[in-house]
Amino acid sequence: MRRHVVALAAALVLAVGFAGQAWAEEEAPHPPHQKWSFNGVFGTYDRAALQRGFQVYKEVCAACHAVKHLYYRDLAELGYGEDSIKGIAAQVQVTDGPNDQGEMFQRPGRPSDPMARPFANDQAARAANNGALPPDLSLITKAREGGSDYIYALLTGFKDAPQGVKLNPNMYYNEYFAGHQIAMPPPLNADQVKYADGTPSTVQQMAHDAVTFLSWAAEPNLEQRHRIGFKVILFLLIATGVFYAGKRKIWSRIEH
Amino acid sequence: MAVPSHPAPSAGPRNRILRWIDYRLPFWAAVQHDFMEYPAPRNLNYWWNFGSLAGVILVIMIATGVVLAMHYQPNADLAFDSVERIMRDVNYGWLLRYIHANGASMFFLIVYIHLFRGLYYGSYKYPRELLWMLGVVILLPWGQMSYWAATVITNLFSAIPVVGNDIVTLLWGGFTVGNPTLNRFYSLHYLLPFVIVAVVMLHLLALHQHGSNNPLGIDRRGPQDAITFHPYYTIKDLFGLCVFLLIFAVFIFYMPNALGHPDNYIPANPMVTPNHIVPEWYFLPYYAILRSVPNKLLGVILMFSSVLILLLLPWLDTSRVRSARYRPIYRLVSWLLPIDAVILGYVGSQPPAGFIVTLGQLATIYYFFHFLILIPLLGKIERPLPLPLSIAEAVLGPRTRPAAAGEGE
Repeated sequence: MRRHVVALAAALVLAVGFAGQAWAEEEAPHPPHQKWSFNGVFGTYDRAALQRGFQVYKEVCAACHAVKHLYYRDLAELGYGEDSIKGIAAQVQVTDGPNDQGEMFQRPGRPSDPMARPFANDQAARAANNGALPPDLSLITKAREGGSDYIYALLTGFKDAPQGVKLNPNMYYNEYFAGHQIAMPPPLNADQVKYADGTPSTVQQMAHDAVTFLSWAAEPNLEQRHRIGFKVILFLLIATGVFYAGKRKIWSRIEH
Repeated sequence: MAVPSHPAPSAGPRNRILRWIDYRLPFWAAVQHDFMEYPAPRNLNYWWNFGSLAGVILVIMIATGVVLAMHYQPNADLAFDSVERIMRDVNYGWLLRYIHANGASMFFLIVYIHLFRGLYYGSYKYPRELLWMLGVVILLPWGQMSYWAATVITNLFSAIPVVGNDIVTLLWGGFTVGNPTLNRFYSLHYLLPFVIVAVVMLHLLALHQHGSNNPLGIDRRGPQDAITFHPYYTIKDLFGLCVFLLIFAVFIFYMPNALGHPDNYIPANPMVTPNHIVPEWYFLPYYAILRSVPNKLLGVILMFSSVLILLLLPWLDTSRVRSARYRPIYRLVSWLLPIDAVILGYVGSQPPAGFIVTLGQLATIYYFFHFLILIPLLGKIERPLPLPLSIAEAVLGPRTRPAAAGEGE
């Protein structure tokens, strides 16, 4: 019996290892691991980093990138109060309607509105960005190999093109982007945003905060998932022990 | 009017209402007969846990699937966003979706182990051929459900001569993959699990005809060889279920996207093909077989044959000894198949170039060699070890007489 279990475990490890290796393979270098507050069994989002990250998104990323799956009301999870969410939402004008006259009209945004998009449609986005489409960021940390580490590496991975590499017009060199030519100009420059909490806004700090925010945007239920998961696994561990003891006891009635 | 006033089933329920029901609808009697008192060999090991586990997952998948279907929009323009609404705004929607998504992987893992158990211990042999074939039939539609998606994309059916293109148009509901395609596959996705449930019932019916095979592969000769399913195997299955749920929970709560692919979080765009299309891990071996053949039609045929060949296995195997324990060569050879499958899976996950192609072709050749040549041949040339006279003798061994003792835990 034990021999079988070992063989099975070995086969599983092999299979998972192969598969993991297969998916990890890309032409760009592997993004280095960063320390994220949301990693691990008890991982939670750092609220201060989330708010700073939202500020970076709002003041920098949002110029080109939408987060279409987010609503202003979702900002409550970042620790913003009701009034400040109303204030943030009211900064944008939203087309609503039709009204009683059958006309569309503009009104200030409300917490129940989806976050404003920078461009009306993909064509407009391409037209404004030399033909490149800035992807929606709501799921970006789950939609890229390497996840949050990759996005951080990308944001901080802009370099001058090495000798001999010829960049196409309007392209920038990025160490971690597949093919190394990316249409996005380096988005972050030191001291670009002024953090309310006085944190120095280095490129690394802003990238870290923005990626924390984007990771939350992609997986807003992570904290609840970790909390429930811990309880479920604890329960199952106890149940496993109980059933194992029960099995031993019941089977002791017969020779086997 | 002569009403039988004394139903008098000896082991029936004591409760009067339950007795009333049981006299008219023998539900309790059926549970007693097929679940509680159902005789099982006394020497089943933990490999025998995977059948009931597969059943539990099927129920989990249907339960979560039905709730997810209440919130999903099977419309090409709305589907992706509706999944995100489930993840974000439906109460515990993320939990349901992660259970459903990881459950599919778990089901395949368990079914593959269950299948290997059958291969190793010869559970497909007389008199369990139909039981085995029904099991393969269960595997087929389940595989189809997700596999059709890949089928649609890789346009497999167009390889069929003459009618191929018409079949593809029929499957797609148009000349490209579009909304009608999504609708019809969604409809089938809802239908097939219930077909599977029906086949599972037949699988159980066939199982209960001759009872479970066992690690010794010999028939039960009398009551001393059997124990009642309850409580011995109910408690053992419950323990196994808990261990499985632990692993399942780790995936659901701590690595819910580990078995998926990041591309699944990008809305499909007909204008942009992902640079490296990879099916789910459980289809990688079939995918490798498909790609190993330069001819598209032949590739499709081989891929489907790789599953269908299992249907013929009871007649391909010429050995009458069931358990690999008493077949010294097959005991080693049987492990070559899962190793081959892992190699095929690895090949399927890699871009097809250079050595990988050759490796895939060799592994594909071995796969069919294993079933078509090796297994029929082994039965002829192999000298099986002497079988124990009875399960009881093998299990209680030394007391009765020294015999070929199994590990029979």
